Amino acid sequence: MNAPNTKVMNRFDVTKRLIAKLKHEEAVVGGIGNTNFDLWAAGHRPQNFYMLGSMGLAFPIALGVALAQPDRRVFALEGDGSLLMQLGALSTIAALKPKNLIMIVMDNGIYQITGAQPTPAAGVADLVAIALGSGLGKSAWAADEEDFERLIDEAMSADEPSLIALRIDDKPGVGTTRRDPVQIRERFMHGLGVREPL
Amino acid sequence: MATAEQQTSSQPGPGSGDRSWHSIVLQTLKRNEISIIPYVPDRVLTPLIKNLHADPFFTTFATAREEEAVGIVSGAWMGGRRGAVLMQTSGFATLANTLASLAVPYQIPLIMFVSERGTLGEFNYGQSLVCRTMRPVLDSLALEHHTITRLDELEFIADRSIKQAVTTQAPVALILNPLLTGGKVFDK
Repeated sequence: MNAPNTKVMNRFDVTKRLIAKLKHEEAVVGGIGNTNFDLWAAGHRPQNFYMLGSMGLAFPIALGVALAQPDRRVFALEGDGSLLMQLGALSTIAALKPKNLIMIVMDNGIYQITGAQPTPAAGVADLVAIALGSGLGKSAWAADEEDFERLIDEAMSADEPSLIALRIDDKPGVGTTRRDPVQIRERFMHGLGVREPL
Repeated sequence: MATAEQQTSSQPGPGSGDRSWHSIVLQTLKRNEISIIPYVPDRVLTPLIKNLHADPFFTTFATAREEEAVGIVSGAWMGGRRGAVLMQTSGFATLANTLASLAVPYQIPLIMFVSERGTLGEFNYGQSLVCRTMRPVLDSLALEHHTITRLDELEFIADRSIKQAVTTQAPVALILNPLLTGGKVFDK
């Protein structure tokens, strides 16, 4: 976390703001831990996918969905600690340029869920600068909630992938996702129109 | 030294009459509508990767890590497009967490082609050690895997295994042994 002129926001609040903007069955992939807990708490949607492990793969999973369904907007919500595990994925996405992929990074500088230990990047690295340096030209810090909503609106009609980073507080997730991976995956596929329920 | 790799590369280019291992893999992928191919490269896989890139049916691209590639094909499958990951033995060794927390519990038909280093003439001690971890990891998760050594068995094993992965919603690892590909030897 190294983004001075930005407000410290709350993960659950900004997640609700994002979900409220989704009107076209956009897919949302929630990264491990608090990120998908708050996605769950914001109200389950059939187009939500919740990761229960594989830390760092929210963006790659969302990239796969975006490649498979180029006409659908695909959001990925990831924590700063998770993103640090797969920084190479930013270059992969920059190379493929899926215009329907929107990456959101929730940056509190800590591994909140394991006891709030600081990440190695805390106070030294700027994740938006890393994204820009990885080739993702449309990467920005959200200055506040209003700016976040504006950046989402922009990303909805962008012709290249977008990354939006937010500074967030150290609060834990509000809910707890039901840990049923098969049902999560199956319902997501129904939500994306890939399958019909039995 | 007339390695099988050299023999492979001297075979005819892609086409209906081409029965090189890499041509069979490419045609089997296509026949099973597997079109997203992320990979972390390997010397032995080079002709396959080159021909996949040249064929517009496939979306072929490099990833920085094998885990990333597994995430991508998992997402693509949930979105309705099939994929397969190409990697080397040492790349497979990075995947235990992703297999155990994504592919297996979410019942994703993850199709992996692993070019086998570390055996039958390996010159790098580290490669020979990491190779020994591959089958125990696969077996510990009870994952389907086949080691392909013969050209005349390749199409049957690959085609049937892909169909089984898709219909049973379970991962499969197809290990391409040096007896099939020629492997990589010290003077390469």
